Amino acid sequence: MPDASQTAAAESAAEPSAPPVPERRFSETLLEVKNITLRFGGVKALTDISFDIKKGEIRAIIGPNGAGKSSMLNVINGFYTPQEGAITYKGRHRKAMRPHEAASTGIARTFQNIALFKGMSTLDNIMTGRLLKMKSNIFLQALYWGPNQREESEHRAFCERIIDFLEIQAIRKTPVGRLPYGLQKRVELARALAMEPDLLLLDEPMAGMNVEEKEDMCRFVLDVNDEFGTTIALIEHDMGVVMDISDRVVVLDYGRKLADGTPDEVRSNQAVIDAYLGVSH
Amino acid sequence: MSAELDTFPKLLLHHAEVRPTAPAMREKDYGIWLTSTWKEARDEIEALACGLHQRGFRRGDRMAIVGDNRPRLYWSMCAVQALGGVPVPLYQDSVAAEMAFVLDHAEVGFALVEDQEQVDKLLEVMQRTTTLKQIVYDDERGLRNYTQDFLHHYDALLAEGRDFAKRHPQFFPEEAAKAKGSDVSIMAYTSGTTGNPKGVVLTFDNVLQSARNGAEFEGLTDKEDMLAYLPMAWVGDHIFSYAQSYAAGFCVSCPESGATVMHDLRELGPTYFFAPPRIFENILTTVMIRMEDASSLKRKMFHYFMGVAKRAGIKILNKQPVPFGDRLLYGLGELLIYGPLKNTLGLTRVRLAYTAGEAIGPDIFDFYRSLGVNLKQLYGSTEASVFVTIQPDGEIYADTVGKPAPGVDVKIAEDGEVMFRGPGVFQEYYKNAEATAETKTPDGWVHTGDAGFFDDRGHLRIIDRAKDVGRMTGEKIFAPKYLENKLKFFPNIKEAVTFGDQRDYATAFINIDLTALGSWAERNNIAYASYIELSQHAEVRDIIREHVESVNQDLSGDSHLGHTQIKRFLILHKELDPDDGEMTRTRKVRRRIIAEKFGDLIDALYSGQQDVFASTEVTFEDGRKGKIEANLTILEAKTFPVAASPDRHKAAAE
Repeated sequence: MPDASQTAAAESAAEPSAPPVPERRFSETLLEVKNITLRFGGVKALTDISFDIKKGEIRAIIGPNGAGKSSMLNVINGFYTPQEGAITYKGRHRKAMRPHEAASTGIARTFQNIALFKGMSTLDNIMTGRLLKMKSNIFLQALYWGPNQREESEHRAFCERIIDFLEIQAIRKTPVGRLPYGLQKRVELARALAMEPDLLLLDEPMAGMNVEEKEDMCRFVLDVNDEFGTTIALIEHDMGVVMDISDRVVVLDYGRKLADGTPDEVRSNQAVIDAYLGVSH
Repeated sequence: MSAELDTFPKLLLHHAEVRPTAPAMREKDYGIWLTSTWKEARDEIEALACGLHQRGFRRGDRMAIVGDNRPRLYWSMCAVQALGGVPVPLYQDSVAAEMAFVLDHAEVGFALVEDQEQVDKLLEVMQRTTTLKQIVYDDERGLRNYTQDFLHHYDALLAEGRDFAKRHPQFFPEEAAKAKGSDVSIMAYTSGTTGNPKGVVLTFDNVLQSARNGAEFEGLTDKEDMLAYLPMAWVGDHIFSYAQSYAAGFCVSCPESGATVMHDLRELGPTYFFAPPRIFENILTTVMIRMEDASSLKRKMFHYFMGVAKRAGIKILNKQPVPFGDRLLYGLGELLIYGPLKNTLGLTRVRLAYTAGEAIGPDIFDFYRSLGVNLKQLYGSTEASVFVTIQPDGEIYADTVGKPAPGVDVKIAEDGEVMFRGPGVFQEYYKNAEATAETKTPDGWVHTGDAGFFDDRGHLRIIDRAKDVGRMTGEKIFAPKYLENKLKFFPNIKEAVTFGDQRDYATAFINIDLTALGSWAERNNIAYASYIELSQHAEVRDIIREHVESVNQDLSGDSHLGHTQIKRFLILHKELDPDDGEMTRTRKVRRRIIAEKFGDLIDALYSGQQDVFASTEVTFEDGRKGKIEANLTILEAKTFPVAASPDRHKAAAE
C-alpha cells in the first residue's frame, strides 16, 4: 500500500531513532544451485547457472523470453533433472529429485498457466494443498466419522486462515472455472500457501493482470513473505514489480546468467540493459 | 418501558441480567458464525471500557469509530457511552482529508479502527490535527512494524481492562449508571452534498425513543435477526443494528466481508432487513438474468407463477380478498417457485424489510411484495433519528412513503416543503449554530429540504428536492425529479431531464440505455453503428414514446401532478456525462448546466419545430475534445385528461 510506506517514511523522518521498517538482512542460505546445465537433446536451456536463495528473501528471476526462467524453476522443484551441476537445499545435496519429493520437503509453486481443478470449489482446491499434511489414509478419509473428521476440520481451519489472508471469502464455494483470471491466480497462490512451504516458487504471478490486480498481488506476495516468513522465488516480466518487491534479482539470457544482485545493481548493469533493449552490432 | 433504562449501557446491563445466554451479536470469521451472548457482550464491553479508561479516556471525550460492521466496533460504541463519552462513527471509505475535518471539528481524542488501512489514514491525519492522541486497532495484519507508542492493539487493551475490572468490579456499573437520557449519545456526521459535513448531535432520548417507537409500531421482539452491513456511520445502521437491538434485545449479525453479504444473508436468513432501493434492484436483476439462462421448463414455470404472484400475492400480503383459485395457485407457487427463490435470496424468514433513501421502482417494489416479502418504504433523516414516516401494514402503496411515524408530526410548509417534529429531533449541528437555526425552528420543526404533499389517503408523497420544484404558468407545481424517476424506472431509459418551470407544459430530454436497447436491437436484427444512430432509430423512438405515454397515463390518475404530463420530448444524441459537467460524479443531473448547454434544444421543444440541429462539444476520456452533431426529431406524446378531484369525491360518495 503506497500510503503505508509514505506515512511510515514520514514517521521515520520525525523519529530517526526508531525506523519502522528494519533493513532486511539475510544470512542463512536456503537453496543453492551450482553450475547447472540443462539440455534437451542438442538444445541447451541452461548453461552453467549458479546462484543462491537466502532464507526469508524475495528472489526474482528475470530475463527475456526463452531465457530459461521457467526451466530454472522446474529444475529447482525437481520437474527437470539437470545434466550437470548440483543443488543444495536446506544443507542437503541432491541431484535428481521428483516433484512430490520437492513438495514434501517444503517447496510449493504456482504455474504460469493456471493449473487448478476447474470443476472444484475454491475451498476444495485449497484443501488439496493440505494433502501432504494429512495423516489418515484413503480408506479412513472415505468415511465421514472417525479420526479423519477431526483432522479434516483442523485442515479446514488452516485453509480458512489462508482464505481470510488472501481476502477470497466471497468465492469460497464458487467453482474455480467460473472465476476471473486474476482471482484464479490468487486461488493458486492460496493452494501453494496451504502447503505451508519453506520455499514458494511463483511462475509469473502477475502475467495478464491489470494494474489493480497486480497491486493486489504484490501486496499479497509481500504480506506472505512478511507474515509467514516464507522465502519466495518469482519469475516476472513486469520490471516495475520486480524492482519494487524483490530483495535480489538474478538475470538470465539465452540460458546464461547475465547478472545477480540487488534491484539497483541489476538495473545499472550494462549487460542487462543491452539484453533488454538490444544492442546495435 | 421502565424509566431507568434510558441509555445503552444501562440496557446492556439489563439484557445481561435478563437474557444472559441469548445471542447479542454474531460474526462470521474464518468461515464460521461465532455467537456472543449478552453476558459475553457485557463482559467484553466492560473490559473495553476499563481499558479505555486506563488509557486516559474521560467523561466528555470523543472517540472516532472507523471500519466495516464488526461486533467489536459496535461494542466500542457502548463502552464509550458507558464512560460518558461520545462515539463519532466515520465512513470507512472516506479519504484522510475528509476524516481530518471531522476529527478536528468533533475534537476527537481517541480512535478505534478496524485495520491497517484506517490506521494509515489516521497517521496521515495526525500530522495535521492535534486533538487525536490514541489509536486502537482490531486487526493487526500488516501493523507489526508500526512502533508508535500511541497505537494499541484491541486485545492488549482488553487484557488491561480485564485486569482493571477484576480489581474494580464496581467501576463499570457505576460509570454506566451516571449518564441520563438527555445526555449526548452520538454525533453522526452527514455526508453533505455541499460544503463540509455537519455533526448531528443526538441524545439517548432521541435515539432510543425513536428506536422504541419504531420497534413497537412494527412489533419487533427479541427474536429478530438482523444483518448489519451498511456503513456504521450512517444513522440508519445506528438505529436498526444498534439502537433497536438494545431496545428490543435482538441479535445483530455482521457479515464476513463486504463482498460476502449476499452469501451471509442466505446463510443467516434475517427476519428484519433494510436495503436501499439499489440493492433490491440488483437482486432482482440477478434473478432475472439467471432465469434467462435456466432451462425452458423452469423459465416457463417461473414466468407463469410470477404472473400469479403479481395478480394475487400483493393482495394476500395486504390481507385483501382473493379468489379461491388464485389462492390455491399461489400456494402451489410458494411450494415450487417463491419459497425456493426466497430461500436462495435469504428472504425466507423476513418479517419486515425496509427500503428508503430514494424512490424505488414500482415494479421492483411489487416483485418483492408479490413474493410475500413484507417490504415497506420509510422516509427519514439523520436529523430525525431516522423515522419520519413509515408505511403501516396493509396500507402499502409504491408511490408513497407512508404515514407519520408514532410520535412524529409532519406538516407541509407553504412552499411545499416537508417539515417534521418529534422525539427523535436532533439537538443541534455541532459547533454550527447558523446551520442549526436554518434547519430547526425554535419550536422544534425541522426543514427536510424535500418537497411533498399528503395524498387523499393521508400518505406522504415525496416528489423532489424543494429547491428544484418549480411552478408552471398556471401556478401549479412542477417536480422535475418525480417525472424523471418515473421515466427512469423503464430499463430502456437511462437518464431523463424534464422541463416545465414557468412553462405551459412539460417536456423532456431522454437518454436511451445502450445496454438494454443494444440487446433489444441484437435480438431484433437491427443494425446500428453508434449510440447516435441507435438513439435516433425510428423503432427506438416508438419504444420511448410508448414509455412516455404510459408515464402520462399514470400521471393522469393523479390529481396533484396530472397536469405535468409530458407533451413533447426528444432523445438526446449523447449520453449525459460527468466528464462534460452535465452530471455530478454521483450521477445526479445538473439542471442549470444542461439548461445552458442545450438551450437551443429546449427552445425547440417549446416552439412548433419538428426537428432541430444539435451540435455539442464532448470531452473524451483521455481529455481530448470533440464535437457530436445530429439532427434530432422532436417527438410528441399523447396526453390524457386528468381525473379531476371532484370526480373522485363523487366516487367516494357513491
